[in-house]
Amino acid sequence: MPHPHQKNLLTSVQMAHFVATGSLRMDAVVPDEMNQQAIEVLKAGIPGVPYGTPLSEAFVDTEFVQRLVQLPEVAGAIHSLVGPEPTVDHHAVHIRKANEGEAQNLHGDAIIDVRPDAFDVQLMYYPQDVTLEMGGTLSVPGSHLRRTNESDTGRYQNLLGQTRLVCPAGTVQFLHHGIWHGGRKNDSSIDRYMFKIRFNPTVRQVRLWNVEDLYDPEVARELDQSFPWYENATGRLEKYNRIKLWQALTGDDTFDPEFWVTRVSNRPQRVVAQRSLNPHASKKEMA
Amino acid sequence: MTATSAVPGETGQQTVRQQVLVLYLASSALDARVVGWSTYDGTGATHPTTGDSDVPPYASGLDALKDGWRLFQAAQLLPPFPGHEYDVSFLKHEFFFEKLVTV
Repeated sequence: MPHPHQKNLLTSVQMAHFVATGSLRMDAVVPDEMNQQAIEVLKAGIPGVPYGTPLSEAFVDTEFVQRLVQLPEVAGAIHSLVGPEPTVDHHAVHIRKANEGEAQNLHGDAIIDVRPDAFDVQLMYYPQDVTLEMGGTLSVPGSHLRRTNESDTGRYQNLLGQTRLVCPAGTVQFLHHGIWHGGRKNDSSIDRYMFKIRFNPTVRQVRLWNVEDLYDPEVARELDQSFPWYENATGRLEKYNRIKLWQALTGDDTFDPEFWVTRVSNRPQRVVAQRSLNPHASKKEMA
Repeated sequence: MTATSAVPGETGQQTVRQQVLVLYLASSALDARVVGWSTYDGTGATHPTTGDSDVPPYASGLDALKDGWRLFQAAQLLPPFPGHEYDVSFLKHEFFFEKLVTV
């Protein structure tokens, strides 16, 4: 895959948004002409890809998917998040049938994954307009750093501030591997299609985006945001973990604008001698 | 399982079913704000499911009590495991309520 143009890479503010929320949404980024073809292509099925196939080799026989991942904005986001030549973990066509009576439990994909300085992303492409009734993917902003395993979160039906995806045709969202999500019940008379690809990075994920705005104050604001479903106390731990991830992604372990990490790691080693035992100290008391 | 109970003043027996409400609160206080919720209806009359509402049924746990829900379980307060003090995982402040409904 060619290196994306700088203008199509994500900005630092967008990356900080991803680190805080666990997702990045691009509305109607896929052209209508492709969206029109998509349903037939997805109905026919996308041939399987062995785990770990380089992206440039994964879809050589599926021209539609090649075009999808080579759209300038999509390629720029993939590069920014997981770097050049990621491997394809797996892909899948998800169909929520019309008037389908079941919602998926809230879950994270694969198994518990606690890598502190690396992450996979999942591209989700929606070729149709998705209405609330069509059961667009449920996801929970800021849930991606929670250490839970797959569907152990199935007891949680609704969380305050959750996202029930409603989007125009051609929308792509990128989700961090850990985000809590699920396909919602489709109460409409239209089958809903979504195509997903999971990417694994093959390089260290450090400063892969357009870093010109690395110290824009908006970066700190993105990283410091809270979400309505956070408990008061745990919400602060979320910010601690977010800053640790941002430090890993930027290679700058001094970035900590709200002092969440610095405060609890401050263990000074300098010892101040007692004044009475210091032969160099003046015997006169300070005024 | 079918639970039956004799109703005072009535000669017959009536069947009782449990409705369960799970509230996740912003702190360990029962009057803290609701941040998450789930419901399960043992009568079968309703079918709550994942992602079916953006609006919590009550603003706080206390409001659920005021509406007749009976608290039957609250999450314990557990210290973090040593070395995992900064980990985030499941929601901590989980409260189970019930209503017994005659069907």
